[in-house]
Amino acid sequence: MTWVNAVIQGLLLGGQYALIACGLSLTFGVMRIVNLAHGDLAVCGAYLGLVLSTALGVPVWVTLPLLLPAAFCAGLALQALLFGRALRHGLLAPVLVTFGLSVMIENLLQVAATSDPRGLNGGTLALASFRIGSHITVSWLFMTAFLTACAVLSGLQLLLSRTAWGRQVRATADDLDTARLVGIRVRPLFATVAGIAVATAALAGVFIGTIGTFDPFAGANSLIFAFEAVVIGGIGSLWGTLIGGMALGITQVVVGQVNEAYSVLAVHLLFLAVLAVRPTGLFAGHQTAREAWGALG
Amino acid sequence: MTAQAVKTPLLDVTGLDVFYGDFQALFGVSLSVAAGGATALVGANGAGKTTLLRTIAGGQAAASGSISYRDEDLTAAPPHQRISRGIALVPEGRRLFGSLTVEENIQVGAAAAASADWPLDRIYGVFPMIAGRRRQRASTLSGGEQQAVAIARALAAAPSLLLLDEISLGLAPVVVEALYQTLAELRAAGTTLVIVEQDLRRAMAVCDDLVCLLEGRVALAAPVPAVTRDQVVAAYFGDRT
Repeated sequence: MTWVNAVIQGLLLGGQYALIACGLSLTFGVMRIVNLAHGDLAVCGAYLGLVLSTALGVPVWVTLPLLLPAAFCAGLALQALLFGRALRHGLLAPVLVTFGLSVMIENLLQVAATSDPRGLNGGTLALASFRIGSHITVSWLFMTAFLTACAVLSGLQLLLSRTAWGRQVRATADDLDTARLVGIRVRPLFATVAGIAVATAALAGVFIGTIGTFDPFAGANSLIFAFEAVVIGGIGSLWGTLIGGMALGITQVVVGQVNEAYSVLAVHLLFLAVLAVRPTGLFAGHQTAREAWGALG
Repeated sequence: MTAQAVKTPLLDVTGLDVFYGDFQALFGVSLSVAAGGATALVGANGAGKTTLLRTIAGGQAAASGSISYRDEDLTAAPPHQRISRGIALVPEGRRLFGSLTVEENIQVGAAAAASADWPLDRIYGVFPMIAGRRRQRASTLSGGEQQAVAIARALAAAPSLLLLDEISLGLAPVVVEALYQTLAELRAAGTTLVIVEQDLRRAMAVCDDLVCLLEGRVALAAPVPAVTRDQVVAAYFGDRT
């Protein structure tokens, strides 16, 4: 029964990894930006949630209607002021720019909020749980994080495959130059993609901060897990990212069952094994990443 | 000049200089296209034909010179503004969005459409060969079908000026024949054409005007009836005497 429990808990944990990873997958798949500040943006979301929920005296969930639009606008601004400019100078420039952004965010947060670990007020949801059978207890908070991740990824997938916006995003991911030539306005398109990526990161940050604690440097760790989920699932494949996150979560919890000390190491080994056997990820198959992107539609 | 001077030019390109980094691809190229006509753009590989079409479509910036369309200066306009004025390009090598379906490729072409004159039904009416493949991914089509989709994607923008870059490249003669049949229909419907074509005989048979580029400069520009094949060939290879 403990193993079944471990798999279930791992699955739920994997949902959180997928939630933070989907923005990373989106920005890389569409704009070819590896956003090294993605984890830090998630942590910024957690701090914003802390500020808002403390100021208003409400659980952090209540602040989401304020927090998510703010994060979306921050994404628009980052794209307009930083990423878009960096992209004009080749592939290396965005890596350097997002790395610099990451360092800046971490140090600014430390100055503004100190390095003390913080937690978010999750209200009654944070402590509630339900039982499956007589041995397995599932936290409603973990369940909510998992279901939110599934909803966000499905919603994004629907947007990409069914709307005119999604069609233009996929076309641009296929061939940027031709997308411009056929009349797609790439700049606003990229801005909305960045907005969505930052909003999902902030949402993931709120779950990170409610389930555990966070400090100004928590972003780096989130980034590694998110990056691994994206690569395991196959770059540009959103469903792959969800499966990749779950594979990470299950590995972490199941190995942790045997020996807690090896749980995180096992996750990284899984990542290396997938890279060695299938460098394109589990769901990209032998197609290129961009083809896999379209195959989802 | 004779044929074009009578009608007002639809497209007027003057003194275009275009660079790729330090390399100059076009040197003071001027071109005038009359409404309703068809202009053949010929020249050897590397003469600047593709660069000229891309510059007219907005994919390449002009260092100097001007592009005016219906008396509006579009020299610095981004591609989507040119498309909404009625200029659409069928790029060299088709450049379809491989992960999108045929229909999605065509719908993307309507992103900045000049009008609603070319709904999907009308496009499929012109290209029955792709109508049955609308849900198929573009990368799975044959070369001829892909070329048809590339033209269909440009048509979705409802262009009044259609720029076609080497649509017959790598295709079987019977497929090329079918594509040119379609172009004749488009012309009859009032679309102005600029065609880059390697096959000189076909270019001269289809078009009213001919422009020959040589190493980035206009070597010859004349109405087709006024030039002989030998004159075009001489302009094509340059005067080496």
